Formats: sequence, C-alpha cells, structure tokens
Amino acid sequence: MASTNSSEIAPVGVLGGGSFGSAISNLLAENQPVILLTRSQEVADSINTTRQNRGRVMHENVRATTDAAEVANQCRLIFPILPSAGFRETIKSLAPHLTPEHILIHGTKGVDIQLPAGDQLTADYKLNPKKVNTMSEVILQETIVRRVGCLAGPNLAAEILEGQPAATVVASHFDEVIKLGQKSLRTPRFQVYGSHDLTGVEIAGVLKNVIALAAGALSGLGFGENAKALLISRGMVEMIHVGTHLGGDIVAVLGLAGIGDLIATCSSSKSRNFTVGYRLAKGETLTAILADMEEVAEGLNTLRISRAMANYLGIRVPLTETIYDVIYGEKTVEEGLDYLMKFPFYVDIDRSMFRRV
Amino acid sequence: MATKVHNQDGWLYDPIYPDASTWPIVKLAHEREAFIKELVALSIENIKEQLGNNPANLKDELARTLYSERIRVSQTPWKADAPDEKEFWSKVKKDMVRINAGHENPHAFGHEDLIQRIVKRYAEEIAGVFDVNAYDFAKRFTTTLFSRLLNASQGKGMARLFETRHNLHDKIHLVGEIDHIRELAKRGTIIVVPTHFSNLDSMLIGWAIQSIGLPPVLYGAGLNLFGIKILAWFMNRLGAYKVDRRKKNMLYLETLKMYSELSLRRGCNGLFFPGGTRSRSGMLEKRLKLGLLGTALQAQRLNFENDGEEAKKIFVVPVTINYNFVLEAQSLIDQHLKISGQEQYYVENDDFSTSTKMIKFIYRFFTASSEIAVRFGTPMDLFGNRLDEEGRSFDPHGNEVDIKKYFYSNGEISKDLQRDAEYTRMLGEEIVKRYHREAVVFSSQVVAFAAFRIIKARYSKMDLYGLMRLPSEDLTIRPKQLMDAVGKLVERLREMYANGEIQLEKEVQEGSIANIVKKGVANLGIYHAKLPLMYNEDKDFQSQDIKVLFFYHNRLEGYGLHKFI
Repeated sequence: MASTNSSEIAPVGVLGGGSFGSAISNLLAENQPVILLTRSQEVADSINTTRQNRGRVMHENVRATTDAAEVANQCRLIFPILPSAGFRETIKSLAPHLTPEHILIHGTKGVDIQLPAGDQLTADYKLNPKKVNTMSEVILQETIVRRVGCLAGPNLAAEILEGQPAATVVASHFDEVIKLGQKSLRTPRFQVYGSHDLTGVEIAGVLKNVIALAAGALSGLGFGENAKALLISRGMVEMIHVGTHLGGDIVAVLGLAGIGDLIATCSSSKSRNFTVGYRLAKGETLTAILADMEEVAEGLNTLRISRAMANYLGIRVPLTETIYDVIYGEKTVEEGLDYLMKFPFYVDIDRSMFRRV
Repeated sequence: MATKVHNQDGWLYDPIYPDASTWPIVKLAHEREAFIKELVALSIENIKEQLGNNPANLKDELARTLYSERIRVSQTPWKADAPDEKEFWSKVKKDMVRINAGHENPHAFGHEDLIQRIVKRYAEEIAGVFDVNAYDFAKRFTTTLFSRLLNASQGKGMARLFETRHNLHDKIHLVGEIDHIRELAKRGTIIVVPTHFSNLDSMLIGWAIQSIGLPPVLYGAGLNLFGIKILAWFMNRLGAYKVDRRKKNMLYLETLKMYSELSLRRGCNGLFFPGGTRSRSGMLEKRLKLGLLGTALQAQRLNFENDGEEAKKIFVVPVTINYNFVLEAQSLIDQHLKISGQEQYYVENDDFSTSTKMIKFIYRFFTASSEIAVRFGTPMDLFGNRLDEEGRSFDPHGNEVDIKKYFYSNGEISKDLQRDAEYTRMLGEEIVKRYHREAVVFSSQVVAFAAFRIIKARYSKMDLYGLMRLPSEDLTIRPKQLMDAVGKLVERLREMYANGEIQLEKEVQEGSIANIVKKGVANLGIYHAKLPLMYNEDKDFQSQDIKVLFFYHNRLEGYGLHKFI
C-alpha cells in the first residue's frame, strides 16, 4: 500500500501505455512518481532503460512494469487508460489485488456491452441500453472499489505530449476523488475542472467519437467550416438524444467533455476517429485503414452500439445511421451526405428531446 | 443450527439471547438519562459544525426553526403533541426577542442556550423507553391475537376464536436466510430494512423478528401513531422512537439522526423502512429515503475509528413483506394517481387514525384468509458485499475485504461526510436491487399483471387516466386470453427464478397455469368491496375496480415483464 511516510510522495498508477496513457503518465509524472502498466515486457524495458515508448519520450518519473499486482500494491490512486474492448478483462485481472482503499479514475472513451453468446452487433440488432455499461460501471461490477471517477475533455494525446496548454474534467460522485485527481494532474500547462455528473461526462466523451468520424469524412471531401459547424451542432443534438437513454445529462454535453472534446476531435487530424473518416472519404477501405492504425478508433465500436441501441429504442438518429451505412454498409460518403441533406429535419432543437428518460 | 420449536405460540426459533439484561436496547433504557445528555451534547456539536461554527448562522437557523415550529403548533396540532407545545415555543420566542434586543452583534451565548433547550426537548421526545415486561407481554399478545384471528377466519366466525388448530406459521411464512442472520446477530449490529406496503408491516415485522429469535430492534414510528392510545402504550414501552415528519427543521433532523447513530453505536439493532412511507403505487420502492440509513455509515465509521480491532460491524438485512392483498390499496392508489396527476395537494386519508379503526383493520386482515410471506433476504455489509457466517466480507471473487478501508484516506480513517453520503446513496441502490431479487411473487400478482396488461394493450391509445375511467363493462377478458398471458408470464418468471432474479411462491414455481389463475383470482384483493378481478355471469373475467388492479399489477413493474406477454 501507498507509503505513509510524508517525506516521500506516493506514486500513482496508470494502466495502459498507449498514446493517451503515455500522455497522462507524463502529466502525472510532473507531480509524483508514476508506475505505468504495459502489456509487453519489451515496451516496459524500453521505457525503463531508454525512456522511449514507441516513438514517445517518457518522463523520468515514469517507471514501467507488466505486473498488475505491483501497481495495485504500490499505488492507491490508479488511472486505467485502456481500450474499451479490453477494459473489463484488465480490470478483472487487477481485481484480486485491489482493496477498498483504492481510487480509480479512468480515461477510456468507450462503453462495454455483454452480449449473449452468439449474438453479433449487426445493422438491425436491438440492444437494450441497460446492457450498455460505462467504464466506471465496469469497475464497480468487477472490483470492490467504490471510489471511481473518469477524466474526459479535449485532450489530444499528441498535443499534451508536446506540453501544449489544455484542460480536462475529472468527474466523480466523490469530492475526495475529484480533489485527488486535480491534485495529481494539475500542472502549469494543464487545468483540471471537477464535476459530480460521472455518467454524463462519461457518455459525452464516448458519443462524440461518432461525430468525429463524420467530421473526418467531411474534411476528406474538402468541405469547409459551414459544413463542419452544421455537423457539430446537429451532432450535439444527437448526442443528447442518445445520451439521455444511457443515463447521461444534457449539462455535461455543454462542458469540456462534450462540446469541448467535440470541437477538438472534429478539427484535428491527430484524432484517430477523425482520421478514419478522413481516409474513408479519400477512397480507402475500412480494412486497409484499420490495418495500419496503431490503436483502435473507439468511435467505430460506439457507432455500432449507438445504432443497435437506437434500433431497440425505436428512435431516429439520422447522423449515426448514415455514418454507420457509410462505414459498414452500402453507402458511399457522397451518398451519405446526399441523404442527410435531403432528410426532412424541420426543427432545429426539439424540446421534447430534452426530457429526462 | 437453531432449534426449531414450532409450538402453538408460533415460535420457530429459540431466542439467541434469552437473557434480556444483555440486550443493548435494555441497557440503553437503563441509562436513558446519560444517553440523552450525550445525545444533546453531540447533536449540538454536530449542528454547530454544520453551520460552520458561526454564531450568525446559528442565530439564523434558530429563527427559521422558531418560525416553522410556531406555524406547526398553530396549524397542524396532533393528539400526540406534548400539552405544553404552545407555551414552550412562546417562551422561546420571548427569550429570542430579549436576547436579540440585548445584543447588537450576534452573540453566541444567549442563542446557544436556546438551542440547548430546543435540542433537549427534541431529544426527550424522540427517545423511547424499552420495558422488558411490556415487550414480553406484547410478544405473547400479538401472537395470540394473530393466531386467534386467523383461526376465526378459517371456520365459522367468532365461535372458533378460541381454537388453535391453525398455526400462524401456516399463514405467515418466514423464509430466507434466517440461520445466517441469527449468526450475524451474535457478532454485530443488525439493521433490518423492509419493504413497506401496509400499516400492518410494523407489527408484522416486529413479530417476525421475534419469531426468528433476534433480540428486539429499535425502530422509528410516526409521531401521529402515538395519538392512538393502544399503539402508544405499546410503542412507548417497546423502545420505539418517535419520528415527526412535520418537523423538517435542521435542529430536529440532526437530533433524530444523532439518536439513530448513537443507538447503533451502542449495538442496538435497528429497523428502518427506507421507502419512508407506504408505497402508494404498489410498486417496489425505487427511491429510498437515505437520511436514517446514512446514520449507519457514520456509526460504522466511528466504530472502526474508536474501537479498533474490537469494532462491531453493521449488517444490513433487506426484507420483503409479500401480501396477496393490501388493505389500504384503494386509498393508496388514489393518492398515487393524484400525486402523479400533478395535483399539488392531496388530503392524506388515514386508514389508521383511531384504535377502533385499527382493530377492525387487523381483524379484516386475518379474516380475509390469505397468505403472507416475510422473506429475510441475503444479508450484506454497508457496501453491499457478501458476508460469511462470521460476518466477514467478501468480494465477488471470493477475496476477503477489509471494509474499514472504505473510510481510509492516506492510510487511515478520515471523516468525510460527503463520502459517507455517497456510500449511503450506493447502499440505497443496492437495497432496491435486493428488493427486486427477494420479492416473493404470488399467483394473485401474476394474474393482476397479466390482466392489466391485456386491458392496457386493448386501449393502447389511452393514457393511464383515461384507462382508470373505463366502465367495468369494458374491462372483461376472455379466459383463454388471460390463461395465455399468464402462461407466458409464468414461463419468464420461472426462468428468472432459476437465475435467482426473483422469488416465487410454491404455486407459481410448479403449479399448472389453470391452478395459478384459479388461485390468483381467488386471492386477488379478496377484501376489497369491488373486486379487482372476478368471474362474471358469462364466465369471463371482469374487473370491477381497475385502479386496484393497477395497484397489484405494479408490484411486478420494473422487471421488464411486459415484453413477454
């Protein structure tokens, strides 16, 4: 357990040495020692000996390990920054080492679903939103840890690694978790806001990735700012529409994790989701794009889940449907755009959509 | 293993502590004076801390309390109020004016004296006095009363009132993890949290707790009930503490919470109805009142902080009380419809306001022959973790959990009220989950659910209020249609039962659909003047009272069952 010796600052843990995990590790390393859990021993060795992590330079306060137990035993505060697909498994393997004293703040912008054996997320699959778990829910289900939180916001890993100014939100029901998150993350170049709306912030961060896919496609087609603004504002409405069914709140969409992150990812070729859309519009196939991407684009997973949920709920989500049809179906990017421009939207904002579900 | 006695008095289990002098609740009564002193001191300390130890805030709070209390005294006086209420608050007002006049700047001394007087008065009112003899008497009395009434109901009325052929336990089933709970009661402090549908619940749960051999629990009873003489006599001696829902001022609420916290810290087993009041809709509780539950979290933290390795753990036992019918169904559902229909004010219809009404109510309850299941659910710690026989906590993977560490920051226990409040909220959510899992489904509820859903589907364009106004002639169902729907429902329920997601009475577990429908219709709301469901002359099913049918249907809401009919 964390050392209680006050002369020595307790280390914090980070799970996942991908680009965002590395960026967060380096930020944390400015305030305290960091123990970073990586999957491969090779990467861990490289970090520990040469500070190199697949092209990224790691702070000297970061020490890498492949031993989950070590992270749990040394650190009371742990940041899981993992792809959503492997999240549950990694948390499960960590679970036996966790105690009620631990605090987990995750930075994963994806959701988890547990499908019955044999089920596939096809275009017409009906997915009950109750089967969709946010990452904090996964932590609560798989471990005895109760003090959980998440961080979300416009945090493009590449810019953070360059030391550019940025801000994030730490959301948790517990004041204690927010304060600890702020204390450990705050640097002169990194501002940390707090929020009690854990689910709202998580959901906002998750759903924006779908819109980022479309933003990339628009950009790939060579369109300008009118089109992007159209997409972002209509995208927000759809995020709220879907998000309320997942227990999210409109207010979070207005914050850093919602509109903030939306603008960043919809404008930047540094975003993986944006890149997928961009390259699709340039005529590449999805298979080809995925083949040479180092990390997963969470938006693809979220896209399929959102579509299946809308099927279950019987709600229309034209943007999500179109993006889905372009990526997994028959439509070309141009056809998709054409469809959306002809879709009979009559109202800008439908107030009834904002009822709590 | 407990010895099952099962005698005519209805005792199934030996008491785990036969010697009453060892009960914490008895010790509490012996030390009442000292206890109240401690209660007052700690409440005031707590109040001041919450007000930022600022004399100006104290003065404001005092003014608010005085204002609301004077309104209460003049506008909603109750029989159970102390006779000198008016004088007391007039005096407080006078002194307040005097103190305010004498000091330009808010000076703490005079106001503090007033707070002291008010909190002491609240503390005296809240605290009950437990009396072992009265407890013994009440125990025998309720059992005799229950079984006499029951026997009367089985035969031809009053003549059989003195037979004891029918055992109480044939009618009131005590099921669930009773042995486990008895073991835990020897090692820690138990909090029983039952569902709440009927005014009879308090009496029934009290009786059920004695029947499984637990020492008596401390429970809060509405001050309004103390206006009924018989009840007041018993409750005063059974250690019930008084809860006055008219008093919403901070001084009162903090004193009440401190009372609960201190009694738990002294090891008194407690009972809360976390739903607050009876479920008006007939649905299982979805949102719980967390105020008193929160005191358990604080008591547990303080136990760990002060008692180290010796610290007693607090165990939570969710209990579902399951009826074929609820006597108050009609007035409850009326209130529910009015409230959800956005009407701002409703008159609370008290089904229980005098001694005679109460006795009539109990008589009807037992004479309308019908079973009741009291299910003691799987006990847990305050964080929802599984417990072994010795009260050790375990995570889902089978690792032992040291729950004291939930209160840690920087390696030691720290006081963080916001954290405690969040743990309480999570505990509330867990209890709601357990209620759904531990609810025992009767055939009557299955039939009500199926019938209401059939009618609702028939008039799918109508909203709930339109539906409630349909005449009885429009509320008929062909037998085959009902059988089919019940068949599908039962299939799904049995699947859920196999997965441990719900409990079923024997008939629903294994009976034929025909028998389930027959028994269900026979038992459904049997007491009501207008039947929620019956056979008409054409041998069809017909509802005479769709509101009450809706009420019983609601019990199975929240399981997503409508998709299976």
